Amino acid sequence: MSPRQPRREFDFSGVPERSRREFLKLMGASIALASGCSRELPERIVPYEDMPEQLAATKSLYFATALSLDGYGSGVLVESAMGRPIKVEGNPNHPASLGATDVFSQAAVLTLWDPDRSQTVLRQGVLSTWDAFRAALTARRSRFASQGGAGLHILTGSVTSPTLAAQLHRLLDKYPEARWHQYQPINRDNVYAGTRLAFGETREPRYDFTRARTVLSLDADFLRSMPGHVRYARDFNGARRPGETPSANNRLYAIESSPTLTGAKADHCRRLRASQIDRVARALAQRLGIAVESPTSVPIEAGWLDACAFDLLTRHGESLILVGERQPAHVHALAHLANERLGNVGTTVQYTNPVLAEPIDQLDSLRQLSAAMAAGEVQELLILGVNPLYATPADLEFARHLQRVPFSVHLGLYRDETAMRSLWHIPAAHELEAWSDTRAYDGSATIQQPLIAPLYGGRSPHEVLAVLAGEFEQDGHAIVRALWQGELGGDDFEHTWKTSLHNGVVPDSAFTAEQVTARLPALPPLRDADSSELEIVFSPDPHVHDGVYTNNAWLRELPKPLTELTWDNAVLMSPESGRRRGLANEDVVEIEYRGRRVRAPVWLLPGHPDESLTLQFGYGRTAGGRIAPGAGFNAYALQTSAAPSFDGGARVHPLGTRYPLASAQMHNRMEGRDLARMLPLSAVIQRTAQGAQPSKHERKLLYPPFASPTYAWGMSINLDACVGCKACTIACQAENNIPVVGKDQVQRGREMHWIRVDRYFEGSDAHPRVHFQPVPCMHCERAPCEVVCPVEASVHDSEGLNVQVYNRCVGTRFCSNNCPYKVRRFNFLQYSQDVPSLNAQRNPDVTVRMRGVMEKCSYCLQRIAAAKIASEKEGRRIRDGEVVTACQAACPTEAIVFGDLNDPASRVRIAKTSPLDYVLLEELNTLPRTSYLPAVENPHPDLQET
Amino acid sequence: MAQVFHPRQLLLLKGIALGALLAAIAAAFLYRVATQAPVARNVPVEQPIPFSHKHHVGDDGLDCRYCHSSVETSAFAGIPSMATCRTCHSQLFTDAPILAPLFDTRSQRAPVYWNRIHQLPDFVYFNHSIHVAKGVGCSTCHGRVDEMPLTWRVASLEMQWCLGCHRAPERYVRPRNRVFDMSWQPPANQLELGRRLVAAYHIRGTRALTDCSTCHR
Repeated sequence: MSPRQPRREFDFSGVPERSRREFLKLMGASIALASGCSRELPERIVPYEDMPEQLAATKSLYFATALSLDGYGSGVLVESAMGRPIKVEGNPNHPASLGATDVFSQAAVLTLWDPDRSQTVLRQGVLSTWDAFRAALTARRSRFASQGGAGLHILTGSVTSPTLAAQLHRLLDKYPEARWHQYQPINRDNVYAGTRLAFGETREPRYDFTRARTVLSLDADFLRSMPGHVRYARDFNGARRPGETPSANNRLYAIESSPTLTGAKADHCRRLRASQIDRVARALAQRLGIAVESPTSVPIEAGWLDACAFDLLTRHGESLILVGERQPAHVHALAHLANERLGNVGTTVQYTNPVLAEPIDQLDSLRQLSAAMAAGEVQELLILGVNPLYATPADLEFARHLQRVPFSVHLGLYRDETAMRSLWHIPAAHELEAWSDTRAYDGSATIQQPLIAPLYGGRSPHEVLAVLAGEFEQDGHAIVRALWQGELGGDDFEHTWKTSLHNGVVPDSAFTAEQVTARLPALPPLRDADSSELEIVFSPDPHVHDGVYTNNAWLRELPKPLTELTWDNAVLMSPESGRRRGLANEDVVEIEYRGRRVRAPVWLLPGHPDESLTLQFGYGRTAGGRIAPGAGFNAYALQTSAAPSFDGGARVHPLGTRYPLASAQMHNRMEGRDLARMLPLSAVIQRTAQGAQPSKHERKLLYPPFASPTYAWGMSINLDACVGCKACTIACQAENNIPVVGKDQVQRGREMHWIRVDRYFEGSDAHPRVHFQPVPCMHCERAPCEVVCPVEASVHDSEGLNVQVYNRCVGTRFCSNNCPYKVRRFNFLQYSQDVPSLNAQRNPDVTVRMRGVMEKCSYCLQRIAAAKIASEKEGRRIRDGEVVTACQAACPTEAIVFGDLNDPASRVRIAKTSPLDYVLLEELNTLPRTSYLPAVENPHPDLQET
Repeated sequence: MAQVFHPRQLLLLKGIALGALLAAIAAAFLYRVATQAPVARNVPVEQPIPFSHKHHVGDDGLDCRYCHSSVETSAFAGIPSMATCRTCHSQLFTDAPILAPLFDTRSQRAPVYWNRIHQLPDFVYFNHSIHVAKGVGCSTCHGRVDEMPLTWRVASLEMQWCLGCHRAPERYVRPRNRVFDMSWQPPANQLELGRRLVAAYHIRGTRALTDCSTCHR
């Protein structure tokens, strides 16, 4: 891939010409405005009527709750600054979090404060009221109540909430003819069907990576996108700390149909078209001693499979095979059987009751709803929290059939596609605004408590269902509490309820492992290995997921892992497939598949399987906020219910036009430099035994070394642990009031992220090694930015922080030009918009920067200051681990360690004493305080990777 | 020597010089206006309820922390809730017309808007609790509040003024048990006492206290 030319930095084509007279007039006006606006206005203080308990002004409180994705909850602690939820941290008590978060949890506060959220009840698109809706619904109730509920249909996403499930079951008991449909675009259909095939009953597989020493992933992205992935990433890397116990290192084999972070971190990765993974699974099963007929041609060399099978077999009880949600049920069933044969059941994999309250086949459920609507049987349709007009397979024609439903109700956060076409639209309460509950990947229940009253009078599904059932109108709190009173019961309920709320987990609610016996499933005949057929693979977008986050600007601007694209989606294909068709990045193609056509720009991604296309959901929206519509293409328009995950038979027609895409990284290769280092395990063991070696770069210092007598802050980033998920980037954005700049500015290279995650490819385009490297400010002791600043806006403090003084900065950008790490960010325009609801999200401890000011990572100065004040009041030093930077707190794999280098026992000091510790561009003699530990690969001795 | 400039040119030059001077004065004036603190110094500030610190602190002897309850724990000293006022004023002067807003906040849900007197720019992160803990007394910055019928600001609150103490804390600190003492005056041996207190309270050195990052984030 050739580096792409950035856009011209200054584009005057859109600037209208003005006469000299007009110019002077404008200048006069702006001077008058400038002198008028810069004056500080007198503030007023509004006291509380009654001071809320515990609330001392400017001191943040944290509340435990959970945020869910596809129904699965993850525990979080939400920071409330004077009543405003401003930042999400992981909940150390919660099994799915252990204190870390993913990008979606971090971005939840922006969705909460999003000014584009639906704010009023709508009837046929016209403003209405909750009371009017309630009256209309009550009127309909007399109809369906008389017929036992016939004609009443409810559509939800995946439901794990015990309260919601209980409400729905009560409703169905009352109206037996009513129907509850579930459809989540990213669902667990194949996983559950796989357990049904293998065990005869629906089970939820749960993995324990701490005990797995050989892991084989068949199209399963357990580091980034499966339920429980935050925990899995932590456990996987916990078993992969070579500096500590090298021989215990695990080995990851991955076979994937679309490039993922799991494949990028694998010791051995093979990229295959999605349909071929079935073949590999059978060939492997046969090697593991399972009586399956081995396919005649296997698309992977035998040596690879032999090595993998050898590792799996020798690690009896300590190996693990897991299969991705995209693969068909029988591949899952084969893996379950293989795990049982390998003695892994009960150690690395356990089977529990399904986490979803009603683990039905969701696609089938949606099909039934669609058919009922088409037949005119649906009189009332309640759509709770999903967007089926956008996010359902195109062949079900949900939009057309919805017109036949006389009374449709949509409950959602946005006025999205479904909201516009339903009779009624009710604004939903955000998860941080309402009482509810949810279950995590292991069944642990969390009671979700609101951090703030609904900003726009939103309702939770519980409240809407209560009205539908004709129950007393209750608030969510009463409904959720009533359920748990029944579940937990006892005289001690009040105590248990409060403990559950406080800790963020209901005690002992995780599911226990069930006894299972796997059997060999009947395997369908293999599809022909017709390599000429172009395959199409559907996948959730890494950041906007199935479309729920398309209006979240943080997630839109966060460069996607591997592609580094922002703001749009593109159809991904391998460089080789592109070359065959004469396609380059940004070329627009028309994809034809089963008679449907979609136009999309192309992005050539090294490591993508040949003759396969990845289509990511979530874009091509037509409604749902100000930034959701008008970007990317809609992959759902090609999805069919016959093959919702992948299929062959696609065709690509180049259109000869181009669509500009905004990639945050212009260059993909390290060009022979050792920026992101990777070592084989054998070298690590050798270097660790040798101890620290003198650097090959001589340190010639003209000035005396920098002294930090009190604290010396430093950071160590372990590239072996880093999985490239970018939770750090978005956590930093939330913590430090970092603005978004928009696609146009990203194309000019003006994104503002204080910590970026660089991604490099090494080796061939077909089988690249992928490297990730988070890059915050290095806080160089000899900082090149400082000597060139004419106004001393870039200076060192006594603890070794390179601080940027916004009020001194005059915007020369000399510092940025002189920074070899390119970590300084400049406010070219007034990016921090003055939007009241977005202002409420801002961290009050961090200055909001204005146009013309340089900014960069401060090592979370505000957190250091808070810890310093707390410690000094107690007359002690700051303890190790007391200052946790936002990036460090969010990181699922604890790749980032921060602390005081003057403390010989601090974790960061210990990390930096490793003989493997290195700094970026050491030859420049900048003496960075941020240093790196190399990634480690643990290849099978018999396998030579390219 | 012949005249270099023609008189008319000279007049023009003088005019230009005068204009430049006037422009410079105007610019300086504009700058002062633009950067002026929003509330004037040493001028009592009108409030919706003419609250008198002189009466409550000086005459009645209330401790600062009775109302400014978070001064020892938080960055913000705290403005008392209306309920705090009514602990006494549910019994005392309940009919006084000047106290009417105190009861309107409850009965008519009409909040009281106090005019802020000590207002720092947004990029300054001042923390009360650490100053109190290190022996900086209330009156050092706020003056004799117990003698103010209506409150006013005595300190300039400019960076220069902050640095005055951050460069030489020994000239201002006092024993911790006198922090809330309004009548405390620096003793004759303040410098000697101050140096002792700076050591005893572990007040950081001038270099650390004048780091930009100490107050700006």
